[in-house]
Amino acid sequence: MGEQKGLTIQGNMATALGAKLSRPDVIPAYPITPSTLFPEKISEYIADGELDASMIRVESEHSAMSACIGASAVGARTCTASASQGIALMHEMLFIAAGMRLPIVMAVGNRAMSAPINIWADHQDTMASRDSGWMQFYAEKNQEGLDLMILAFRIAEDERVLLPAMVGIDGFVLTHTVEGVQAPAQEDVDEFLPPYDPPHGKLDPEEPMTFGSLGTPEYYQELKYDQTKAMDNTPEIIDEIFDEFEEKFGRNYNRITPYRCEDADIILLTMGSMTGTARAAVDEMREEGEKVGLAKLTVFRPFPSDLLKEIAGDVHGLAVVDRNISPGFGGAVFAECAGAFINEKKSPLMKNFIVGLGGREIFKKNFREMYEKTKKAVETGKVEKPVEWINMDEDVMR
Amino acid sequence: MEKKEEKREVEMISAKEIRDKYLRHDMMPHIFCTGCGIGNVLDYTLWALEKEGLDMDKTVFLSGIGCSSRLPGYIDVDSLHTTHGRALAFATGVKITNPELNVIVFTGDGDCMGIGGNHFIHACRRNIDITVIAVNNYIYGMTGGQVAPTTPEGDYATTAPYGNLEPAFDMSEMAISSGATYVARWGVKRPNQPINSIQEALQNKGMSFVEMMSPCTTAYSRQNRMGSIEEFWDWYDNKTILAEDHERIKQYGSEEEKEELKDKIKVGVLHKEEKKSLSERIQELIEEVQV
Ligand SMILES: Cc1ncc(C[n+]2csc(CCOP(=O)(O)OP(=O)(O)O)c2C)c(N)n1
Repeated sequence: MGEQKGLTIQGNMATALGAKLSRPDVIPAYPITPSTLFPEKISEYIADGELDASMIRVESEHSAMSACIGASAVGARTCTASASQGIALMHEMLFIAAGMRLPIVMAVGNRAMSAPINIWADHQDTMASRDSGWMQFYAEKNQEGLDLMILAFRIAEDERVLLPAMVGIDGFVLTHTVEGVQAPAQEDVDEFLPPYDPPHGKLDPEEPMTFGSLGTPEYYQELKYDQTKAMDNTPEIIDEIFDEFEEKFGRNYNRITPYRCEDADIILLTMGSMTGTARAAVDEMREEGEKVGLAKLTVFRPFPSDLLKEIAGDVHGLAVVDRNISPGFGGAVFAECAGAFINEKKSPLMKNFIVGLGGREIFKKNFREMYEKTKKAVETGKVEKPVEWINMDEDVMR
Repeated sequence: MEKKEEKREVEMISAKEIRDKYLRHDMMPHIFCTGCGIGNVLDYTLWALEKEGLDMDKTVFLSGIGCSSRLPGYIDVDSLHTTHGRALAFATGVKITNPELNVIVFTGDGDCMGIGGNHFIHACRRNIDITVIAVNNYIYGMTGGQVAPTTPEGDYATTAPYGNLEPAFDMSEMAISSGATYVARWGVKRPNQPINSIQEALQNKGMSFVEMMSPCTTAYSRQNRMGSIEEFWDWYDNKTILAEDHERIKQYGSEEEKEELKDKIKVGVLHKEEKKSLSERIQELIEEVQV
C-alpha cells in the first residue's frame, strides 16, 4: 500500500487528478466555466509526460461526447468534463453513450442553465440529463470529487454495469475552491482499477461488430429493458465497490450517508456542497435539543430508494433540499424521494425546499428555517405548501 | 439593410456624444482587460451606425457567448443574448420573421468558427441580410485561453501547452467561399478603415462579414509572449498587408517580396458581390405566388 499524498487543490484539480490516476487513454474536451480547469490540467499532465493519453481539442461539447463514444467503442478508457450549456449540447450523445453501454466518465462542474446566463452553482444541468441512462454521483467536497472519479471508472467498467457515469462538483463552491485532499498512490489505484478491457467486444477489424444500429420495434423495448436492468443492478455493485474502496483507501462512501439520524424526528436531505453547511446547522440545532438529522445523497442515479426508506422510513418529517427546479412540479430530488415512498404504508411527511439556484448563497439560517417549517408541518399534520423557495428577495415574494 | 432614405449630412459629433447616444451607462464598467481591442470594435461599430444613420428603433443586436459576445449588452438597443455559437441561427429567425429589422451580430472566432461553424457557413450560403462583426483574437478569451480553430499552428494555449498542432481556419476566406457577399478584414489598431467597412457592411443587402483582428492581451499574449500592449497593437500593422498590395506583389513583386508575403495577413475589403439576399428572394416568391 503506497502512501497517500496530502495536497491543497481546487475541485477541478481534484477531479483532474482523479482522472489522471485512473489512466484514461482519450480525453476529448471543450472548455466551459466552471469546469475549464479540468481539460487545462489534463493537457498539462499530457504535455509534461505525466499522463500517457490523447487529448482531442474538439470544437463543441457535442463533438466532445461524440469523440468519447468513438474512443470508448474502440476500447479506450475515456473521460471528459463539462457543465451547464455544454451538457445540454451533449444531450443527444448522452443517450447514445448509455444505449451503447459505454463506460464513459464525465467530470461536471455543476452550473445553472441559461436563460438568463449564469455561470454559478446549480444542479439543473445534470438533473436535465437524469433520464439519459447515466449514473450520477455528487461530491460534497474536493476529496469526494477526486475519489468519485476513480470510483466512477471502476463502477462504470464493471462487467455487470457497463454504463456511463457523471461526477458532479458544485461550480465555484468546489471547482474553484482550494481544499486539502489525500491523493492515493498510483500503484494502489492501478490495483483498484485494472486497465479497461471491454468484456463484450469493441470496434476491432479482426472481429468486426456494429454499435448502435437500427433497433426496430421487435427489439428496441427489450434492449431498453436490458439497459434499465443493468442500472437496477448497480446499487449492490456500487455498495460492494464503495466497501472495497474504503478497505483500500480508508474513506467511506455510501449512496446516502446518514448523519445524526438515529433518533431524529426530522431529516434534511441534501446533495453536493451545501451538505457541509447543513451539517453545521444540524449540529447547532442538536445542541439546542432539536431532534434533527441529515442525509447526504451521493448517488442520485440509480436513486437509492432502498436506503432512503431505511434512513427516513421512521421519521416524522423529511425536508428535501433541491438546488434545481422542475417547473410545474418542484425539485427533482423531491420527486424521487416522494416516489421512493409510494405504496409504503408509512412515510414521512415531506417538504421540498428550492435553494441556491444560480449560485445563490445557502446559509445555516436557511437550513434552520427549512427545519422549522418542516417541524411546523409535522406538528400541525398539515403541509400547506409542499414546495417552498428559500432565501428569496422579499419584494418578489410579496 | 434598411436605412433612412434621405441623404444626411453627418454633423461633427464628439466621442462623448457617441457614447452618450448609444451606450448603456448602467452596464459600466465593462469586462474588458487593459489593452483588449473589443471595446474599440464596439467604438468603430457605433461610429459606423452614426455615419449610416441607422434607426436604432429598427435595429437589433445579437450575440452568442464570449468576451466579444458581451458587446450587445453595452449598447442601448434591443438585443438577444443567445447561446455559444448559435447567434446566427437566432439571427436568421429574427431577420426572416421581420425583414424590416437591421440585424447585427457580434461574435468571436471560437463562437463563430468553432462551435458555431455550421451556422456560420449556412448563414453565408443563404446570403441572409445581416451584418456579422467577428472579433478574432485567435483564442477562447472568456474561458481563459484555450486553443480555438483559428489559433495559428504552433501557437500556445492552455490546452496546447507545447504548441497547437492543428491548422487554423481563415474566417474571412471561409465566409467568401461559403457565399457571403461582403467580406472585409482589418486589424483593430486603426479606426477609419474598419468604420468604413462596417458601414459598407450595413449597406450591403446580404450576408456581410467583417473580421476584426484584435488582441487578447490576457489569455493570448501571456502565453504567446506578444510583448507589451503597444507592441502587440503594433503587430497588427507589421503583420498585415493590404489586399491590393498583396495582389500586386503576387503578380509583379520580386522573389524577396513574395517570400515576405508568406507571413502576412491580408487585410482590406476582401470580397464584394451583388447577389439577392434570402429575404429578397422570399419576398419575390411571395409576390410571385400571390399574383
Ligand atoms: C455550449 C457552451 N460551451 C462552452 C461554453 C464556454 N465558453 C464561453 S465563451 C467560450 C469561448 C469564447 O471564445 P470566442 O468565441 O473566441 O470569444 P472571445 O471570448 O475570445 O471573445 C467558451 C468555450 C459555453 N458558454 N457554452
